Parts: sequence; structure tokens; C-alpha cells
Amino acid sequence: MSTEPHIRMSAVRKTFTVRQRAGRIRRRRVEVCAVDGISLTMNRGELCGYIGPNGAGKSTTIKMLTGILVPTSGTIRVAGLDPSRSRLRLTRRIGVVFGQRTQLWWDLPLRDSFDLLRYVYRVPATRHRANLAAFSELLDLGPLLATPVRQLSLGQRMRAELAAALLHDPEILYLDEPTIGLDVVSKAAVREFLLQVNRERGMTILLTTHDLADIERLCSRVIVIDHGHIISDGTVEDIKTRFGDVRTLVVDLAEPCPPLDVPATEIVQVEGPRQWLRFQRDHTTAAAVIAQVADQAQIRDLAIEETHIEDVIRRIYTESPATDTSK
Amino acid sequence: MVEDRSGPIELAGIYRRLIGARIRADWQYRTSFTLLTAGQMLFTIPDFVVVAMIFDQVPRLAGWTLAEVAFLYGLSDLAFALADIFVSQVESLVPLIKQGSFDRLLTRPMSPLIQVSAEFFALRQLGRVVAPILALGLAVSWLNLQWNAQRVLLTVMALGAATVIFSALWIMTSAITFWAVDSSHATHSITYGGRFLTQYPLSILGEWLRRLVIYILPLAFVAYLPTVVILDKPDPLGLPRALGYASPAVAVILAFAARAIWATAIRHYRSTGS
Repeated sequence: MSTEPHIRMSAVRKTFTVRQRAGRIRRRRVEVCAVDGISLTMNRGELCGYIGPNGAGKSTTIKMLTGILVPTSGTIRVAGLDPSRSRLRLTRRIGVVFGQRTQLWWDLPLRDSFDLLRYVYRVPATRHRANLAAFSELLDLGPLLATPVRQLSLGQRMRAELAAALLHDPEILYLDEPTIGLDVVSKAAVREFLLQVNRERGMTILLTTHDLADIERLCSRVIVIDHGHIISDGTVEDIKTRFGDVRTLVVDLAEPCPPLDVPATEIVQVEGPRQWLRFQRDHTTAAAVIAQVADQAQIRDLAIEETHIEDVIRRIYTESPATDTSK
Repeated sequence: MVEDRSGPIELAGIYRRLIGARIRADWQYRTSFTLLTAGQMLFTIPDFVVVAMIFDQVPRLAGWTLAEVAFLYGLSDLAFALADIFVSQVESLVPLIKQGSFDRLLTRPMSPLIQVSAEFFALRQLGRVVAPILALGLAVSWLNLQWNAQRVLLTVMALGAATVIFSALWIMTSAITFWAVDSSHATHSITYGGRFLTQYPLSILGEWLRRLVIYILPLAFVAYLPTVVILDKPDPLGLPRALGYASPAVAVILAFAARAIWATAIRHYRSTGS
């Protein structure tokens, strides 16, 4: 096996020209930089989360990695190919799931979609049968095969999309918000499946998501992008230590009180006698906060909440507010 | 390892399957499908009635009898209907692009043009072939021609070429969609307008319009020029008869031009993402 990473982006930029109204008829051309100098590598078999606020450049990155969009500058190598030049060759080696769109034939039984994809990708019949059997089992698709796609629930459809994207044995799988809108059970099924194909088939997986549980359950690595820049790249733990210096103190008071007034903290929630106080480790200490609360009210119980990845990400997002330009 | 590109026969097989899927999907909505098909049939018949009514007033139109015009009309409109079934709906790209579904087609190992034309394959337009086939049938029975092999071959060739020419026009005008998202009203003047121009003898057109359809937008090759040769008519315009045989060549050139424009449009889409 080569040492060349499975996916490599070096100083990749993508700018769009947007026409804006300027006056009654005149239009102004404005350059928008969706991806601004991104460099990253992914090794074979990595499962990596790619997160960022709307309009940060996630989808644009995925589209460049599939070869749909041509980068304005920089170089990309996916499985040894230049995606924009070898788009057709690359299609056989990658699977793509766009969470909000379907690649299935809407009005036909699910089985027909799988069948058509077999011809479009020219998968040998035996291979196709084996894959379909395996995925049907893992994703519990058997009872759905005869159902028209339009009658599937969102969760059922997403499971079907996953199978459809993998029937041609891709080495790399891109998923753009695969769990969006799914219920808890379906999310779990999707995650379980992704872990399994990652482990058993050694598939390299890059997924964008807004669901941080996806990240915590699935990803050994998380890349955070904002305004077209990578602002963080590392393990979930790395991010927590880097951005997670925010703590929350939960206090149960003897009786309900108006929100407490403690310097260097922020009351995030009040629920009867229970209050949540958020503070930053480098501004104050838990001991100081507790002492000040005790001065103002009688404490019955208290707990310090560990940094939750969700809070971390929320903080990253709010510190660099992005304008919503996602398409 | 599978080859990267399919051979033409394999491609035809996949195309057939994709069209099959489209038809099965349409058939899910049987009533709508049947009504649309019937509607298309009824729509096109008045077209020919209008032509016939002109001959109620005059015995000849620019030197052409009703039977001859019926042949011209039949040839042109049958080709238009066939192009309509296979590619005209490519112009419905707009919603596909707007929803971002077009991206999906670019992640598959197949030409997006073939996928789009299969996706929008419109069997319901089959209703449109009825009127032109009737017109051709009438023309043949009125004209009393000798249908030797050469004449039959020429007619089939002309029909094929005309279908390709119309298809190429549809694809070229649809490609504009990639730049100007809602351009169908403007581009219809070329496609539907072109169809109208080919239903009448060229000689009724003014000098400049005639030049336009011979040299620039080669609509004269759709029906008029081949018909002159097939019916063995003296051409009142005195154009070289060889032009009547040239329509397949014109069709091939236009097909290549359409392909190039389409490829440019895809390139544009991929670099702008609009």
C-alpha cells in the first residue's frame, strides 16, 4: 500500500462570482470566497467529521473532492486522481450521499433503484448480489425493497441511500449531513452502519454534520471549518481541551431564587431552585464561584458539568459568526 | 477492473433501462399520463388543419400543392415529435439545477446529458406523432409516387437527419439554462419557431429569412431541401439539388456543435457552481 494519503488537499481555494443588485438595474459582481486556502490529508480508513456553521464551505469542499466543482486554485488528489480532471474515473471509487437529496428513483420500488445503479455503475451481478444482501441485512432493507421510494420514511430512505451509495464498492464515502432530520433510532442505525463499513471494509469516510452526537460516536478526528478556513483539526479530545475551557456549575438551592449575580459567570438556565452558571476557567475558578453562590443563597447540592462537545462547537461558531451563504 | 467508459452498445443498454424506469414511473400516474398523451395528440392536429385550410383559398402555395405541403409538414413534424420525446425535456434542467440535484448526476460514471435525457424522456409526447403520420399517409396516397428503394431510403435518411437537427437545437438551447436559469421563453423562439418555419415551403419566406434558415440556422435541411429531392420537384428557388442530400451531414455537424456547447455549459457549471 502506498504512503500517499487517500485524500489530499493543498492550499485549495474556491471563489464564486455573485451578482448583487446595485441600484435599480445595475448589478455589481462580488467575489465570494467559499473555501479559502484549505490544506488537509486523510489516510486510508480514516473516519473524519467535517463541521462548521452554515456557509462555512463544507459542501463546497465535498463538491470539489467529488470533482463536481473545479477548484479556483490549489491541488486535490483523491485516491491518486485529480477529481476535477478525472471526475468520471473517480465516480467508481467514491460513494456520495447528499443528505437532503435523493439518488433513488422516487416513483419506483426501492429494488428498481438498486437494480438501475448496478447497470449505471456496471457492477458484476455476483458482486451486486453479495453487496445487496450484506447491506439489506445491516440496514434492514429487506422489507422495504418492494416499496416505492416516495413512500419510505426519511429514516428508511436514508438507510436506502447509504446502500445505494455503496453498491459499487467505493473506497471513499462522502456524506453531506447524513443524519439531518432523522429520529434517534434511525440516527443510531446510520451511525452503526458507518462504523461497520469503516471497520470491515476499511472505507475512508468524510462526513459533514450539524449533529455533534455523530461526531462523538463516530469520528476519531474532527475538522472544523469556518469562513472557508480550517480553524481546528484534531481529535474530539483535542478540541475539548483547546476550546473547552468553559465549565458549567449546576447548583440546587434551598428554595427558588431570582437569577444569582456572580461576577465572571453567566446564568444560562434557571429551573425552580436549580440554576446553571457558566464560567471560563481562565477568568475565575469553580471554588470562587461556589463561594460567591454560597454568600447569596443556601446551596443544597452542586455539580460541575464536564465540557460537552456541543458547547465547544457552539462557542467556536459564535466566536466567528458566519454569514449564511450556503446553497 | 471495470473499464472507465462504457462502449456504445453497453451505453445503449443502460439508456434503455433508464428510459424503462422513467416510463414505469410515469405509469404510476396512469390517468394523468393518458390524458397528457391524448392532449398532445389533439393539440397537433389543428396545426395541419390550418395548413389545409390555406388550400381552401388557393390551389397552390408558392408552387406547392396541398399533397406536397402535407408531405413537408409530415416530415418536419414527425421529426420534431421524435426529438420532443427524446430530448426536448432537457430544458426542464432548471428545477434540477435549482434543487442541486444536477450534482448527483455528476457523481455517476455516465454522461450527464444521457442521464438527463433519460430522466426526462417523455413518452407522453408520443401523442404528437399522430398528426404528422396522418399527414404523411395522406400525402403519400395523394401524390401517387413510385416508392423505389432510393426514395424510401432518402425519406428515412431525411427523417433521421431532421430528428437529429431538432434534437441538437433543443440541446443547444437547453445548455443556455446553465448561464441564464430561466431562458426557456427566449429559446423556444428557436425551437418552436424553427418547427413552424419548417412546416411551410421555403419559397413563401422572405429573402433574408430564407438565407437565415439555409446558412445560419440550417432549418431548410430539416424538410424543405430533402423534400424537393424526394418529390422530385423543380425548386422554384433554384437551389442546388445536392443540398437535398446534405441533411445527414448537417445533422452530424449540428450534433457535434450541440455536444461542444453542452460540454462548455457543464464546464461553466462546474467552475461556477451556479
